Amino acid sequence: MKKKLVISFPPRLIQEPVTYHLIRDYNLQVNILRATVRPRERGRMVVELMGDKKDLDRAFEYMEDVGLQADPLVQEMRYYPERCVHCTACTAVCPTEALTVDPQSRELIFEASHCIICESCIAACPYSAIESQF
Amino acid sequence: MTRTIEEINAKIKAGKVVVYTAEEVIGLVREKGVSQAAREVDVVTTGTFGPMCSSGAYFNIKQSTPKIKCGGGRVTFNGVPVYAGWAAADLYLGCSALPDEDPRNAVYPGLFKYGGAHIIEDLLSGRKVKLVAQAYGTDCYPRKEYTTELGLEDFNNAVLFNPRNGYQLYNVAVNLSERTIYTYMGVLRPRLGNANYSTAGALSPLLKDPELRTVGLGSRVFLGGAEGYVVWPGTQHVPSPPRAENGLPLTPSATLALIGDLKQMSPRFLRAASFTGYGATLAVGLGLPIPVLDEQVMAQAAISDEEITYPIIDYSEAYPLARPGDLGRVSMAELMSGQIEVSGKKVPTGCLASRARAREVALELKQRIKDGRFHLTQPVAPLPGAELA
Repeated sequence: MKKKLVISFPPRLIQEPVTYHLIRDYNLQVNILRATVRPRERGRMVVELMGDKKDLDRAFEYMEDVGLQADPLVQEMRYYPERCVHCTACTAVCPTEALTVDPQSRELIFEASHCIICESCIAACPYSAIESQF
Repeated sequence: MTRTIEEINAKIKAGKVVVYTAEEVIGLVREKGVSQAAREVDVVTTGTFGPMCSSGAYFNIKQSTPKIKCGGGRVTFNGVPVYAGWAAADLYLGCSALPDEDPRNAVYPGLFKYGGAHIIEDLLSGRKVKLVAQAYGTDCYPRKEYTTELGLEDFNNAVLFNPRNGYQLYNVAVNLSERTIYTYMGVLRPRLGNANYSTAGALSPLLKDPELRTVGLGSRVFLGGAEGYVVWPGTQHVPSPPRAENGLPLTPSATLALIGDLKQMSPRFLRAASFTGYGATLAVGLGLPIPVLDEQVMAQAAISDEEITYPIIDYSEAYPLARPGDLGRVSMAELMSGQIEVSGKKVPTGCLASRARAREVALELKQRIKDGRFHLTQPVAPLPGAELA
């Protein structure tokens, strides 16, 4: 089973070796897609976790117990279709094909499940049609 | 087969005109051949929608009491400086103008979230802008300071006047350097990380009449959602570019100076854009009707995405330092596939002009012609280097 999520650390938990525990204690494969951790600020990490459902459930319990927030990766990048003119400049810098062009309509397609919140598209979009909540 | 503008306008009036878009006509010519297609179709509509920095608008404001002479003074709209080197109440706003307090690229790369283009979009969207004028005062115009809020309807005149639009053919931009660069062709990743293009390809106005046989001074066009006119060749217009056999120029060449009533335009077809690290600009929706005056017009109007090719230019060195460099050419069809090959490397492509919105422009112009709401004009004079059909 595979799950993509955003783990948020309150400042007091920056020292907690979360990834270590997830791998060693819960037997999970952890793929860190993106992370920002700064002293005295909330840290955030976009990860893909892979393992048995039982282990994943236990890992979620562990994260809740220590006070980590684990959110599904859905609302992190927001696409505003009404601002988009479908120029498709963003598609050239998107590394995961979360942003692609429909070959017939030539309109932009945003597939949120492919997004790893790298934010490359933000600087590429002249119309502020994509914003990050990360 | 020949046809005149008068004959086409008579058919428009009678509701019998046959109009195809520049995309639709490609299939028709493949199916029936140039001669038959030329006999059947009266007008081919083109369209493009992309950033065109040489755009702006002039305004005439209603006088305050006592009167003020803006000419020679200093005027801003929402903090964006407006050119006031004219008479008492005439002002010109360039789409790339920025507020004085914008840090520009001092904080690199700059974001340019608000500039002249955004004022134009605000006005078109029904929002008011704050005018602040400072003048030196004269006996006939004694007022020295004036602040007011104005909506589009409050101006005596608001006219879009773009010195250079509709570039015929444009570069494909790449970056050969080791760092990301921020250009008017968008964000270019290092070591050929991406290739950006800005063209409507087979819908592009001047590419479908490559030798400018049907467009000239006085041509009526679709501009920003309203009617506009070609008033002059655009700045940097190249009269005699090197051409391929099908008449297409090989390098950026013809351009148009355009004018139209801003009050009639729509934010759907005029959009403010902010290019990271480069500046503010205006995306302009432009469409030209091509009257099918003879078979050659039809043959060229049916040029396809496979036949249009663009030069690939390095924007890290070759472009800024005006150095020669040959990275080859690539067709619109290849660009639209999402990936091209440059120097043996597969490079993802991104576009700055919207093909989807360009199609909307061409379809909208087609509908207006069919409904009798848009008539064609005979150009008063050809563009430099061109001969009218």
